[in-house]
Formats: sequence, C-alpha cells, structure tokens
Amino acid sequence: MNGESQRIEVTTDQDVVRVRQLVRTLAVAVKLSLVDQTKVVTAASELARNTLVYGGGGSVEAGPVDNGRRKGIRITFADQGPGIADLDMAFTDGYTTGGGLGLGLSGARRLVDEFDIATAVGEGTSITVTKWCR
Amino acid sequence: MTLSADEAARFAALLEEHEDTLVAAWTDRVATSLRGRLSQAELRRQTSELRRGFQQALSGAAQDLSAESAAELRAQLSELSTNRARQGFSATETAVSVIALKDAVLGILGDGASLRDYVAFSSFVDEAALFTFDSYVRVREELIADQAEQLLELSTPVVKLWEGVVAVPLVGTLDSARAQVVMERLLQTLVDTGSPYAIIDITGVPAVDTQVAQHILKTVVAARLMGADCIISGIRPQIAQTIVALGIEFGDIATKASLADALRYVLARTNKKVR
Amino acid sequence: MERVPILKIGDILLVSIQIDMEDQVALRLQEDLADRIVATGCHGVIIDISALDIVDSFVGRTLATIASISKVLDADTVVVGMRPAVAITLVELGLSLPGIRTALNVELGMALLERERGDDSDGDEKEDEDDTGTSAVITS
Repeated sequence: MNGESQRIEVTTDQDVVRVRQLVRTLAVAVKLSLVDQTKVVTAASELARNTLVYGGGGSVEAGPVDNGRRKGIRITFADQGPGIADLDMAFTDGYTTGGGLGLGLSGARRLVDEFDIATAVGEGTSITVTKWCR
Repeated sequence: MTLSADEAARFAALLEEHEDTLVAAWTDRVATSLRGRLSQAELRRQTSELRRGFQQALSGAAQDLSAESAAELRAQLSELSTNRARQGFSATETAVSVIALKDAVLGILGDGASLRDYVAFSSFVDEAALFTFDSYVRVREELIADQAEQLLELSTPVVKLWEGVVAVPLVGTLDSARAQVVMERLLQTLVDTGSPYAIIDITGVPAVDTQVAQHILKTVVAARLMGADCIISGIRPQIAQTIVALGIEFGDIATKASLADALRYVLARTNKKVR
Repeated sequence: MERVPILKIGDILLVSIQIDMEDQVALRLQEDLADRIVATGCHGVIIDISALDIVDSFVGRTLATIASISKVLDADTVVVGMRPAVAITLVELGLSLPGIRTALNVELGMALLERERGDDSDGDEKEDEDDTGTSAVITS
C-alpha cells in the first residue's frame, strides 16, 4: 500500500461509522466519482459490520493506492474471529448465519473492483478490497 | 553527442549573423512541406521567433534542451505544437517545421565548419523536434478525450416531455460507459424535476447486448427505489428477439411500441390519479 | 446516543434522517416510531433520507422493518428522497426494499399517502391498486 494509510480499531457500532467517514474522505481525496464513492463506502460499511458482528471486532486499515495508471483506494478488514468455514456458502446471496440479510459479503464484492479474502477456521478472516478511479 | 559550450556559442553567432538568409531558407522549406496551408507571412513570423529562441538557448550555452537558457525555446516549441495540433496538421508536418532548421543551417555553414560541430548541432535540433512531437501527441490526446466527453454529453439528452414526465431518446450504439452515464443522468433529472415518470426510448438503438440490457434494467430498478416509474419504448423487433434469446427478464417493466404510446400510457395513469 | 427527531404534521409523522446513523440509533428510531404511531394515531409515516449519502443493508433492513411495523399499526410508510447514487448502489448490492413505498420528495410522498387513504375510504376502488406509487422489486 502506498500513500498514507490509516487504521481504525473496530469494537463498537460507533467505529463502523468512523470507518465509513474515513473511507468517504479517502474516496473524495482520490477523486472517485460520486457513484463510486457511494459504492465503496457502502461496501466498507457492510464489511466493517461483518468484522464487528461475525469477527467479534478487529481492525480496518484504509489508504490510497496508485498503480501508475490509476489511483484508487484499498481497505483491509481483519479480525481474529471464528473464520468462515464455507466460503462458497458465505458468498451466496441471502445466506446468513447472523440474522442479517446475507448480502454483506456477496453484495460488497459486487461494489468494488478487487476483492481478496483469506480465512481460516478458528484463526480469523482478512478481506482486502480495492476500488479504482475510472 | 551533446554540444560543447564552445560549439553552442559558435552556432549562436552563426544564427545571428545569417538571420535573414536563414529565416528565408527555413520558411521556404516549411512552406513546401505544409503545401500552402499556412501563409508565408505567418510561417515567416513563426520561424523567425523560433530562430530567436534557438539563438537565445545556444548563446546561453545550452548543451541540451533541458538547459535553463532553453526555457523560452521550449515554450515556443510547445506553443507551436499546440497550434499545429489544433489546426489539424499531422505529426510529421509539425516536426518538419523544426527539423527544416538543419537544412537551412547547412546552407549557411561555411566550408570551414567541422562535421563534428554540425552533428552536435543537429542532435540538438533533433531533440527539439522530439520535444515538439511529444507536445503534439499530448495535445492530440487531450483533444480526443475532450471530444469523447462532449460526444457522451451530446448523445445523452434527458428532456422534459410533460409535467412530471421526462424522456431519454437513446440514439446510436450503447456501450457500457454510455449506458452508465445515461443511467446517472436520468436518475438525477428525476430528482431535479421531481418527475415520477421516465420514458426510455430505444428506437435509435441498433443493437442491445446483455450488458446494456442489464444497465437499462438496473436503471429501472434504481428509479423504482427512488419512487419513479420507467417505461421503455421503441423496442425494435430484432431487439425484442435478442432480449428473449439472451433470456433477459424484463419482468413487470412497462414496454410500449412508440414514444407516443408511452406518453399516452403515462398520461392516462396520472389523469386517473389526479381526478 | 443521538436520536432522530420525529415530527407530527397533521395525520403524518415526518422523520428526516440528517445524521450518519449508528446501528443502535437506527434501531432506536424503529422503536420510537412505533411508540409515536400508537400515541398519535397517525396513519402515515414519511421517512426522508435525502441527507443520507449511503444506505447499507442494515439501514435498508431497518427501513423495511419500520414499514412492516407501521402497516401492522395501520399506518402507511413512504421513504422519500433517495439519492441516485444510493439507488444505483442498492441495486448493485442486491438489496430490494420489498414492501416499501417510495417517492422522489416529501411533497410527492404526502400526495401518495393522501391517495392511498383516499382509495381506502372510497371502498371498492381497487383496480388501480398497483398504480398508486411504486414498490421496489429487483428483477434482474
């Protein structure tokens, strides 16, 4: 990750709001279009809530990226929670273990350009997403 | 091969001494390559300005184009390329305006000049020509980007058709980028005008692929989320066949044969409600 | 904890969400609104979200729940003022707001509520049930 990235510990509802605000500030700074700003902030909100609700809290790190051709923003959500046993199921629209709508993971993946997930049962989950300027 | 300070000074003197002959020869050569598309007087003004730029750079002991004394020359060259690019000249025609200086200088060089000197000077001019070429390409790219954007704006008008009814007549091939622009502009117009009805007329669209159909569908769904209804009109027979063949589900979205039918349909609905 | 104010205008409760809500604030609004519907006997609820720059699945679900609860308490809910970027994002997210009536602005929302009530008191005039207002369903 190049440029300055910032880190937020996510342990309460309020932290989810702080993540949204941080991501919005970054998205504006790298000049994402209004629709893309909205998409990446929404994705961040979904994933930060997952970190809190399913991961039992964790951390979010977000910063600008630049691959030489395009600028964008990259966000990593990490927790030391129970991990995800069945990734295929977790990415199915409408599947939930936590009483939500089951759109968090699959929906967030549709809202960003790159989506990487690493998870191990009992060790936690780490998700990195990137949104590039058009 | 770069110019030594000594050589630079000698060429600066040469450019000054033979000013008139040089400008005349240079202008002639450029005029031939441009085949009369710029007036002789105009070219003469440009070449004599460039000559002054070169002389200034060289007398400041510039060894290459990045030297401080070449700052004005660089400005002149980039202005020249900008103008040529905007006037529609080709890259060759633009670069030749600079390269012709080499020929002109060869003409005024006395027998005493060494080959080494001339090659060094020549590479300085080449550098200037390459600089011109780069600026030319940059300006053309900007022009193309501007035009693409203008085209996008031109091709996606959203018009108010009636009180509370807006329409987007789509004309031409819809790619993903344009479909997205249309989508955003239409939704914003709904908010700005407080229109609960939108008609998307695709009479002028020759073909629809899955992606474009998806964009239209998403627009309709997004409009519903905002509290507005979309009607799609002007679906051609081939497009209807494609839509069915691709298995695209239009669901309960209202479709009408023509824009007029769509407007009639909307008015009937609003009248019934207003009562 | 912050609270979202609820205004009573005639037979309508107007909620204008002006802050980036924490989840708890959204849940509190859901409770407060149910209480106010019962206390005031209002038959319409307008939730103005024009100041919200995002609606995620949690807020979306809360809005849907509010609409359902209101229905049980004999009040119609209209969500108004959703921004285009928010609507596009919701479609991409795959979030439909089933059972939620929507309108472009507060004024159109009030007209929609009036019409609904009017239709109800007219009795059998059910034929344009579908025409009044739009419910959002994702079909793609």
